[in-house]
Amino acid sequence: MQNHPVYTDNDPQNELSTLNLGPTHPATHGVFQNVLQLDGERIVSGVSTIGYIHRAFEKIAEHRPFYQITPLTDRLNYCSSPINNMGWHMTVEKLLGITTPKRVDYLRVIVMELARISDHIVCNGVLGVDTGAFTGFLYMMEYREAIYEIYEEVCGSRLTTNIGRIGGFERNFNSIAFAKLRKFLVDFPKTLKEFESLFNRNRIFVDRTKDVAAVTAEDALSYSWTGPILRATGVDYDVRAMNPYSSYEDFDFEVPVGTNGDVYSRFLVRNEEMWQSMRIIEQALVKLEKEPSDIFHADVPEFYLPPKEEVYNNMEALIYHFKIVMGEIPTPNTEVYHSVEGANGELGFYLVNDGGRSPYRLHFRRPSFINYQMYAPMSRGMLLSDAIINMSSLNVIAGELDA
Amino acid sequence: MATIPNEELLKRIGEKFGEQVTLVGEPYGLLTVETGREQIIDLLTFLKTDAALRFIFLTDITAIHYPEQEKQIGIIYHLHSLTTNTRIRIKVFLVDGDVHIPTATVLWEGANWMERETYDFFGVIFDGHPDLRRILNVDDMTAFPMRKEFPLEDPNRVDKKDYFFGR
Repeated sequence: MQNHPVYTDNDPQNELSTLNLGPTHPATHGVFQNVLQLDGERIVSGVSTIGYIHRAFEKIAEHRPFYQITPLTDRLNYCSSPINNMGWHMTVEKLLGITTPKRVDYLRVIVMELARISDHIVCNGVLGVDTGAFTGFLYMMEYREAIYEIYEEVCGSRLTTNIGRIGGFERNFNSIAFAKLRKFLVDFPKTLKEFESLFNRNRIFVDRTKDVAAVTAEDALSYSWTGPILRATGVDYDVRAMNPYSSYEDFDFEVPVGTNGDVYSRFLVRNEEMWQSMRIIEQALVKLEKEPSDIFHADVPEFYLPPKEEVYNNMEALIYHFKIVMGEIPTPNTEVYHSVEGANGELGFYLVNDGGRSPYRLHFRRPSFINYQMYAPMSRGMLLSDAIINMSSLNVIAGELDA
Repeated sequence: MATIPNEELLKRIGEKFGEQVTLVGEPYGLLTVETGREQIIDLLTFLKTDAALRFIFLTDITAIHYPEQEKQIGIIYHLHSLTTNTRIRIKVFLVDGDVHIPTATVLWEGANWMERETYDFFGVIFDGHPDLRRILNVDDMTAFPMRKEFPLEDPNRVDKKDYFFGR
């Protein structure tokens, strides 16, 4: 094993101390290692080492049929799995030329926005914990649980959801799911408001976060940042608004931007995004009333697995089931790039297909991976305690970082 | 500003680079061009700095391996012009054994890790890269695992032999 490079040429007197921050450290919320060189409490230089939970998803995906790649995407950003799942489904649908019914699009929008809220709940809550305020985190965490219960009604699982199928959903939303969703929309705004009044003008919190790790828009673009941390620098790039997918063009929402790209701006942008997400969900619920309530997937029997009872009792369903599982349906020999606005940035899928049952090459453009590379350079000259909250505010998820 | 139509974008590139940049196709509306490694930095610089195009955002760098082709390794760039909301895909194919290409870190800081990842998985050497090391795999690995000849599972592992399962 080679030694991790640590810059020692700037330290002839050996006065600086080296600190291994991670790979497992209570302050880093995941498997992140940074070898830091410290002058007292100030960081002189740092080197990030990543890859501790690399699971070779891109290689595995080359050996899996399309519908079996969805569980792999779960494990990228596991704080908002449904966005990854649906991003992947939409990539395959784009490849195959499937158009989904409006009701499917709206149901997807609801689930994706819930996922965005749950991701921001964790990120902003933990940012509060790292600055010493546990209360907000506990208040907010209750509603992540509420969101997970809605997932449970829709797909049966909570964290790694494997939600939906190519073409739509595996089953219709039941009435309990809608009831829980409506309850969430009533209860959560009160708590979010309370959360904001706990933090937004809290002297300790503002002192700890304002002007910390401020990034200019030029730097952020040069480092290919996307998501709330890019918008906090003042660039209004949001995939939902710029390249609408899943009928986002039907919704009226705003893209919140910050001003100076510091930790405080990122916090405010995420809070405002939660309000906008709820606005979108409310609009989606109104739009759903006009759609036929029994449609929950596109009519693509070549790619959408039929229900089991039909497989046993219906000849056609049995044939399609066999063909899908054995991968005997031809697919276009081409390439496609599709991206969705994940909770922490542009999540892209670059799929090269050779006509077979599994991708010839699949590359995930993972926002955590690309956003995180500025972390070590930007930590130079920063206090160690500021670097910790900077990491929380970047919302880097280890599963997505290492794929 | 409105999206630049693909024909116009191709014409602009053609005026500047002529035969050196060839059209691959427009799958799903995304203009895809191919060029050689001699022109790649010039092309990226032109796309980034041209006042009308402004492809200032590097979305992604990755690679692909076609073992049957003469030029086996393809490096794929995705650029995005945020002001006009136009995307472009650029491919450079290289012969295996001479997989050298100039680095894009001179244009975008963010290319650093994307190129390290591409090196890590495909063995593409980015000339001039400030810190070309493996990034996700262990440092002492010798293979480039995303190449097609690399098996998904280690062929030497014994814990999955049939006789362990009574077969």
